[in-house]
Amino acid sequence: MSFWIAQFLTGLASAASLFLVASGLSIIFGVTRVVNFAHGAFYMIGAYVAWSLTERLAGAFGWWGGVLLAAAAVAALGALAEILVLRRIYQAPELFQLLATFGLTLIAADLVVMLWGPDELVGRRAPGLTGSIALFDQMIPAWDLFLIVLGPVALGLLWLLFNRTRFGVLVRAATQDREMAAALGVNEKWLFTGVFALGVFLAALAGALQLPRESVNHHMDLRIIVDAFVVVVIGGLGSITGAFIAALLVAQLNAFGILLFPKISLVIIFLVMAAVLAVRPWGLLGRPDVAQRPPAATSARPWRPLGAAGRLAMAALALAAMALPFISGEYLVIAATETLIFAILAVSLHMLLSVAGVASFGHAAFFGLGAYGVALAVKGLGLGMGAALALAPLAGLVGAGLFALAAARLSGVYLAMLTLAFAQILWSIAFQWVEVTGGDNGVLGLWPTGFAAQPAGFYWLTLGVAVLVIGASRVIMFSPFGYGLRGVRDEARRAASIGVRPGLMRWCAFAIAGTGAAVAGALFAFLKGSVFPDTLAIPVSVDSLAMVLLGGVQTTLGPLVGAVAYKALSIWLLSQTQWSKLALGLVILAVVLAFPRGLVGVVNQWRDRWAKRPPGSGEHP
Amino acid sequence: MKFRKTMALAFAALALSGPAATAGEAQLSGEVRIGELNSYSTLPSFTEPYRKGWSLAVEEINATGGVNGKKLTVISRDDGGKPAEALTVANELLSREKADMLVGAFFSNVGLALSDFAKQKKIVYLAAEPLTDAMVWSNGNPYTFRLRASNYMQARMLAEEAAKLPAKRWAVIAPNYEYGQSAVAVFKKLLSEKRPDIEWVAEQWPPQGKIDAGPVAQAIAAAKPDAILNVMFGPDLVKLVREGNARGLFRDRAVVSFLTGEPEYLDPLKDEAPVGWIVTGYPWYDIKTPEHAAFLKAYQARFNDYPRLGSIIGYSAMHAAAAMLRKAGSTDADKLIEAGRGLSLTTPFGPITFRPADHQSTMGAFVGVTGVRDGKGVMMNPAYRKGEDYLPSEAEAAKMRPAGN
Repeated sequence: MSFWIAQFLTGLASAASLFLVASGLSIIFGVTRVVNFAHGAFYMIGAYVAWSLTERLAGAFGWWGGVLLAAAAVAALGALAEILVLRRIYQAPELFQLLATFGLTLIAADLVVMLWGPDELVGRRAPGLTGSIALFDQMIPAWDLFLIVLGPVALGLLWLLFNRTRFGVLVRAATQDREMAAALGVNEKWLFTGVFALGVFLAALAGALQLPRESVNHHMDLRIIVDAFVVVVIGGLGSITGAFIAALLVAQLNAFGILLFPKISLVIIFLVMAAVLAVRPWGLLGRPDVAQRPPAATSARPWRPLGAAGRLAMAALALAAMALPFISGEYLVIAATETLIFAILAVSLHMLLSVAGVASFGHAAFFGLGAYGVALAVKGLGLGMGAALALAPLAGLVGAGLFALAAARLSGVYLAMLTLAFAQILWSIAFQWVEVTGGDNGVLGLWPTGFAAQPAGFYWLTLGVAVLVIGASRVIMFSPFGYGLRGVRDEARRAASIGVRPGLMRWCAFAIAGTGAAVAGALFAFLKGSVFPDTLAIPVSVDSLAMVLLGGVQTTLGPLVGAVAYKALSIWLLSQTQWSKLALGLVILAVVLAFPRGLVGVVNQWRDRWAKRPPGSGEHP
Repeated sequence: MKFRKTMALAFAALALSGPAATAGEAQLSGEVRIGELNSYSTLPSFTEPYRKGWSLAVEEINATGGVNGKKLTVISRDDGGKPAEALTVANELLSREKADMLVGAFFSNVGLALSDFAKQKKIVYLAAEPLTDAMVWSNGNPYTFRLRASNYMQARMLAEEAAKLPAKRWAVIAPNYEYGQSAVAVFKKLLSEKRPDIEWVAEQWPPQGKIDAGPVAQAIAAAKPDAILNVMFGPDLVKLVREGNARGLFRDRAVVSFLTGEPEYLDPLKDEAPVGWIVTGYPWYDIKTPEHAAFLKAYQARFNDYPRLGSIIGYSAMHAAAAMLRKAGSTDADKLIEAGRGLSLTTPFGPITFRPADHQSTMGAFVGVTGVRDGKGVMMNPAYRKGEDYLPSEAEAAKMRPAGN
């Protein structure tokens, strides 16, 4: 019995840490609608700054003062980031801010290693709370008891702030209806900055309070960010109480789950999210989204197919691309092949994100299904390259089809997060099922054969497939089905009233996008000659999202341009510098600030200006 | 029109990498080129000392006339910490930088991907750090050599010590991925063979990098084991040690722990370092052999810092590569393989040989007991275990490799 109580208390302490990070994220999202990917980075910086301060400041006051000072300093940094970056792009398409915060995360990851060095840092423990207390013959660390009290206290303070202060009233008003609050004279700008700083303060405080438990290191950001998101989604976006309950649920299920299934930690949080969203599509305490903003891709300018000149240019470009192996070395050919594969992936995500208006944070699921499809076809069924390439996309089709059926009730960020859960569950299967997938050590020896054994041959094969996929995506985009999809995206109810079935349309979009991503994954398997669980992991999803956003989510050629720019740049940077993340982050930030509509979006704007036509008078190819 | 323009812009980024493709094409006949790649951005705490180690070796090699009368040039790259990115980099090293052989990698999966790549491209790859047994056995191939004492070897060294303990009830804490799984599997098998009387009472498999240490420590303690096998390392180890100490998990219990004695993992813990754990590691402060003393002096003079295990691995890997090239007298892959089989050289850890049958080096490891000295974690009474004593015979090893390799 005493053991169960101790395990419960331990779970409570874990929940408190999780809640502090998640609450800040939830507050920021609730008001600004920014999916703040940099939240984990602020958490990490909070820990680093607190480490530096507590090493220098002496005594109990010094330690606690250092922790609070660190959180305040990082909150100021967060406010600065909001003023310099986010404030300029609130008008950009939804999710575009995600790209900016992703850039910030990349910069922070390298910067902390530059500033604090490569070694992990173990900080001092809180004076007075270093020991443990015997409770029912079990030793409970005093720090855990502090955290157990801190959780509800933080919840109470936040409740008071939002329900009993003028600031809180304004924040809640802005959460409900931003435009209305602005119309009534609330200074939105500073309200947003204040909210963002508050959220960052909570993240940095949570990071600083990890000092007594763990070492400070440059992996902290990515380790916490996904968990924090999942907790926010389980609780219901914008609901702080929901986040509290969700953190409790996740931490306790983990604490007791590992007793029955010692390997459950890897997926428990995603299983909980999938289960909760199946019953409550808006999280535990969330409310149906009062869609304040149209989906990301809704554009004032209707899309138009390419004219004759545009088609000619496309064909010329494809022909020119065919000549690459004759004029460049092998490495460039291989790098170009990889870039083309990611262009296929980006185009498939664009079908979902831009054409159908459905965001996905887990596109890696379908990419990885294609890659493992190849591994299974070659190693399991003994098929050749051609047959494997033809069959593997079916894995993506089936996966996406089943997923879309299960996720039919969801929308918006909830749906996006469920795709993430789906990808993570697949990832953990690939990671765990060592007998079939080889686990972390992957499947080796999947090299292309015949004419494609040479890099040039495989490049031409990939180019051919890319032309087919991109061509097909444009045919679909401008078919009646494509117009129907955009109708559903922009006005689901009106589309339904003229006989278009939104559910069916979205299901088809998923199936198409999943198949496309699997085509890319299958080619990737042969390019690398191997498949690893990495193909299903979060960075692939994030990269594909970054490519589409970078190119311009409201455009038709954006994914192609975004993928080529992003992938070529990251391959090039990797070969040039150890600080490739920092460089990539800076480039992303520069692009975000200079071209808030993406690379292709901005070209459209320029053309409008040159043509002296008002924007929104139709897209030019 | 506009489309062509934007595409031209985008492709310009790709083309940027074109003009730089000069180094290899010049084909400087006066140098031997080694392509080196490792997880510099992902795991700097290991790879920064590793870089210093091989840099020192390159300086020494070139100061004494280079390799076969040619200057040794190392082209070093970050591998991104992922197999797919490492392969992109390996391609660059091979086709653009015209590397004569490849050296490096930290993660097992990166190492395996590179070894398969080496086989496909017929280039010799010397794996420096990756520990997985698959590298030289179940996935072994003629082009791959491995320097570091493998998972199996370290497990066997620790199992030997563990068998001497009176403990009968054993519990396991290991990271939930291939490294943890195979370390535990080998250790369990070897220990149970020596001690049929022991039983395995509890297991915890937290995700690597994300241990929720409180509940894990509590769950292990609830099983009341006499001894614990730990395979967690890095930030996970810190969390486990802190939570375990606070909850009395390690009190009156023997602990056997992989890698914990490496300065990379032991030093951050400072005075909170665990006491009395049986570990493998690198006690640079207590190794008195002349080979190591010479290395230590040169390293400290050059970098004004003490070496970590990464330094030893980087230093020895580069010397091993140079020895292979010297013995082959050529950069031809087949001749390099011939030279590598049975190649002997002296490292700071003493003499090692790359076994002809499985291409595994006989570099050993230090086994000792952790303690705290002057507020720092150290390995007490370290003893060097020679690699050859902890490997299966060459005939057995050859049987574990795929046919024809």
